[in-house]
Amino acid sequence: MAQSEQEILEGLAEIVNEETGLDTASVEMDKSFTEDLDIDSLSMMTIVVNAEEKFGVRIPDSEVKNLKTVRDAVTFIAGAQS
Amino acid sequence: MTSNRDRRIVVTGLGATTPLGGTATETWEALLAGRSGARTMDFDWVAKYELPVTFAATIATPPIDVLAKVETRRLDPSSQYALIAAREAWADAGAPEIDPERLGAAIGSGIGGVWTLLDQWDVLKEKGPRRVYPLAVPMLMPNGPAAAVSLDLGARAGAHTTVSACASGAESMGYAIDMIRTGRADVVVAGGTEAAVHPLPISGFAAMQALSTRNDDPERASRPYDTGRDGFVLGEGAAVIVLESEEHARARGARIYAELASVGMSADAHHITAPEPNGSGASRAMLYAVERADLSPTDIIHINAHATSTPVGDVAEYNAIKRAFGDHTDNMSVTATKSMTGHLLGAAGALEAVITIQSIYHRLVPATINLDDQDPEIPLNVVTGEHQKLPDGDIAALNNSFGFGGHNVALAIRSI
Repeated sequence: MAQSEQEILEGLAEIVNEETGLDTASVEMDKSFTEDLDIDSLSMMTIVVNAEEKFGVRIPDSEVKNLKTVRDAVTFIAGAQS
Repeated sequence: MTSNRDRRIVVTGLGATTPLGGTATETWEALLAGRSGARTMDFDWVAKYELPVTFAATIATPPIDVLAKVETRRLDPSSQYALIAAREAWADAGAPEIDPERLGAAIGSGIGGVWTLLDQWDVLKEKGPRRVYPLAVPMLMPNGPAAAVSLDLGARAGAHTTVSACASGAESMGYAIDMIRTGRADVVVAGGTEAAVHPLPISGFAAMQALSTRNDDPERASRPYDTGRDGFVLGEGAAVIVLESEEHARARGARIYAELASVGMSADAHHITAPEPNGSGASRAMLYAVERADLSPTDIIHINAHATSTPVGDVAEYNAIKRAFGDHTDNMSVTATKSMTGHLLGAAGALEAVITIQSIYHRLVPATINLDDQDPEIPLNVVTGEHQKLPDGDIAALNNSFGFGGHNVALAIRSI
């Protein structure tokens, strides 16, 4: 059930919106979670866990620190789904 | 003794979200109209757990109608209520420009984030530790509401949480008085909050037979001083006031509701839940408040009583009032606003402080409802039927709050 990167981006934007209140349109591929979107580490963990459930993947804790941009997360999720 | 009022403390803002309304003003209008906030609960868990009590005084305006969605997600309901009431109080005070290091917050809670604690326990059991919400701890901690208010208003003089069961909200006012009198702050946002309309506290209070079981008639269940009283009605919500040194309030031309003149506190050291029957502990708290407010007992013309509608508690409070005031007891008009609001536990003292302040400011005492047959053991001069007008001139009132654990808190409020 691999999804397109666009579908993953949209799903991820919904999760970010739910957790932080940020507008889904602001969740763009090249945005940094911490620097552009101002998402702290606690919110990031919630986003990761919710993404695992939504996309049916496992994102190891050790991988989370590598997910600096939205694109990093989308790419990782797409790779884990395939 | 030297006066304790060399730095007078005044009330410049009021806020509340309660079973009677989403604001302090709506709540006040409902009190004057004699409305009850008690209603049958329509939550699925009432039937699921076969709760022996099926009604409560639930919040009138859901937080989701007031707060941003993300705030409702990241804050326990107890913090949500506190934030709503604090924002209202702050706006009501004119949102003063103040050095953040001179602004404090003191918000009490009796139980804390019980919804988060038990919801997350369910998550742990059903889905495992990884799914426990990373904000679970800051949401369930009892100082969460004080922290949320401090963060929201930028209060940096200190953020504090008083915890003394049903006296918590009143004790926070005492803490705020001390912060200003000792020079730690010029302005303090103080109050109490509770969000414990949850099956566990309901079951616990019911198990100790503290709750009314008048399931077929919720609006008539909270009946302080009535011979038919059979326990309190659980309520929820928050109330917050803005306190300032008079000097600070006058300098900025603030509207002043009243003077919060003093707090009197004592402990019964008698029993974990039962009040001292002769009322000596509670009477000491009242007399201490009177003295520290530079008043004599005969200056008190009104008491907003703790009066929860339990068979034992209402009598014990009468005994304490009689012990403190003697023959003057008959001269004071007493009201039991829990007959309408229900018992907001850790927010009760703060809400009743707001109501007493409104009573002094508007010179009106809301009537106690459901008092059909006054208990002959409690011959207080209770305001019933129509609300009562208070006289012009300098007047003073007390607000009593008592908590499980033997905590007694009395606040003295003077007209300005």
